[in-house]
Amino acid sequence: MSWKMWSLKKSIWVFHVNTGACNNCDIEIVNCLTPKYDIERFGIKLVGSPRHADALLVTGVVTLQALPRLLEVYRQTAKPCVVFPIGACACDTGIFYNGYHVAGPVDKIIREEDPNAIIAYVPGCPPKPEAMISGVMKALSAI
Amino acid sequence: MNKAMNKPVLAVGPFHPLQEEMEYFQLTVDGEIVTDIDVRISYNHRGIEKISETLQFDQVPYLVSRVCGICSASHPLAYINAVEEIAGVTAPERAQYIRVIINELERIHSHLLWVGLGGHFIGYDTVFMWAWKYREPVLDLLEAITGNRNNYGNVCVGGCREDIPDEMIPKILKELDTIEKKTEMLTKAVLDDPVLHARLKGVGILTKEAAVKYAVTGPTARGSGIAIDVRHDDPYAAYGDLDWKVISQPEGDVFAKAVVRLLEIFESIKMIREALKKLPKGPIAVEVKQIPPGEGCGHAEAPRGETFHYVRSDGGNRPIRHKIRAPSYVNVPSFKASCIGQNISDVTLTLASVDPCYSCTERVAVVDSHHNIINDYEALLQMSRDKTARLKKEIGAPELKMEES
Amino acid sequence: MNREKLNNRLQKIKDKLIDIVQTRDRRIYISCESQNACDVCKFLFEDLTLRFIIATGIDSDNCFEVLYHFANDETGDIVTVKAIIRDRENPSIESITPFIPGAEWIEREIHDILGIEIKNHPNMRRLILHDDWPEGVYPLRKTRPEVNEGTVI
Repeated sequence: MSWKMWSLKKSIWVFHVNTGACNNCDIEIVNCLTPKYDIERFGIKLVGSPRHADALLVTGVVTLQALPRLLEVYRQTAKPCVVFPIGACACDTGIFYNGYHVAGPVDKIIREEDPNAIIAYVPGCPPKPEAMISGVMKALSAI
Repeated sequence: MNKAMNKPVLAVGPFHPLQEEMEYFQLTVDGEIVTDIDVRISYNHRGIEKISETLQFDQVPYLVSRVCGICSASHPLAYINAVEEIAGVTAPERAQYIRVIINELERIHSHLLWVGLGGHFIGYDTVFMWAWKYREPVLDLLEAITGNRNNYGNVCVGGCREDIPDEMIPKILKELDTIEKKTEMLTKAVLDDPVLHARLKGVGILTKEAAVKYAVTGPTARGSGIAIDVRHDDPYAAYGDLDWKVISQPEGDVFAKAVVRLLEIFESIKMIREALKKLPKGPIAVEVKQIPPGEGCGHAEAPRGETFHYVRSDGGNRPIRHKIRAPSYVNVPSFKASCIGQNISDVTLTLASVDPCYSCTERVAVVDSHHNIINDYEALLQMSRDKTARLKKEIGAPELKMEES
Repeated sequence: MNREKLNNRLQKIKDKLIDIVQTRDRRIYISCESQNACDVCKFLFEDLTLRFIIATGIDSDNCFEVLYHFANDETGDIVTVKAIIRDRENPSIESITPFIPGAEWIEREIHDILGIEIKNHPNMRRLILHDDWPEGVYPLRKTRPEVNEGTVI
């Protein structure tokens, strides 16, 4: 394991990207910060810029308008980074699979930009905060 | 065009470091005063109205509950109101009461969520943490009743999907007592705080005339002295049988909207108690065989305002047109009336005060053409917080150390 | 304003209307030709002081319809004005934004998704579709049933 990967796994800082979600997953992510779940005790911190982030939490189906913005955010993120599609829409477009304004699932779009991207899925509609914490932890122990 | 180019422009969006969705605001500023505001949406457009035409009538509620995650009880209810109007069916009484209970629980958690975010925007992260902590028991109740913390999917055409078992009622009542006590404490802390009075009063005023012109709804209208509430004006579900009152405040500023939301939480708690007491026995759904041709308008009061659904059927098993209007769709354009002439440091708060379903404020770049200063979102948030701190000093409130977000 | 008064006042603009239908308690549908819609809406909004809810654009069988929904909050009525646009080739309708600023967005949206031209709109730019959406493609028209044609990936 390279030192870059080793350091990625410690105190992961995340940036939250909404690419057309219904707000549910977003609110559950913010819920993780509040007293009941308090993910900062694991060293996970929500940051305001992708340049500071180790991981991207992508919520929502990617709409055509959000597509270039998502790719831009991914390019700005310091590599190596982990992309977490959060929720059914981000994982596989979910109920919006046949929308005319939908570009596709997050993994497909990110892979087109960077075929070696590390992607870890957290399914659910919306995933519970516990599920998100466990998803992030499992992904980190797997890489 | 040239004239506009010379003016400093402040871009807000499209990403936000906290929660909320993408939206892009362009504020034209003169010094610190906002002179014009322009909004670009579409980041969140998923084409739900078209997708709805490909689904069957009984599948659509699950789609529309995903229009907005926080209003995921009122959107399906408005749709159901429209479809039941076409089909000419009425849901059994028990189902009507269950709908009220789910909707009011949703309102409580949504308003608490807003109070928390409002606190965060002015640098009161204590309020943020408190409000979101007290919101958790509400979500637990909703999970116990419907099986999911959000996106309940509890209504179907002709009734409800999940019943409230009798043995759960004492548990709900007990939780309500706790929630009421905690909210009371929070409300007192917020409404009696001189700093908040100084910071929120007179900010982002939406006058009654502007509110009528922009056709705003919900707490945004009620904060401007227009006492409209669909639950009261056109009672649906069991709202007609319950005893409650419409809260409204005449001032139109951010403080008035906060007061409306906080007091509505108590009305909601009262309503749920009464509904649980009156909860009639009987079935929770009737069978609906087919939807005849016709058209129907359904509306429901979501936490943010009136949700309106228009459905047209041609007698088949899919709607041929389904129009959805979320409350933010009319509340957001009212920024034009409430933001212009404001300080930049008040804008985040004013934008937040209508509780927009999709919103703003990351990567804010303030470009001042005179001095070439470039600020970002953090700086804007900091400006808002500094103003709070400044006001605090002026009125001599005890100094509290605010933690950086 | 109570319901009887509302009905009486509606008689004033009767020559501009095709018919008035009450489908059930509290739901009133008024239909008119597209050229009269603006006047009818102005009458409802300014003289009857009804609250504007939203407008709906519909691609019907052989015409376009624009529905303006208004609410009377004192009685809970929803009054829907159905403007029928018979010209399918170049559909157009007068804008109501000059006197109802709250209608700005929905008129831009109707233009985006159905291609109905809104005359005298003060700020006709793209609202709901993304920046690279091809001109002349209107997703909510019935002639375009494939819902995910816009998918690029």
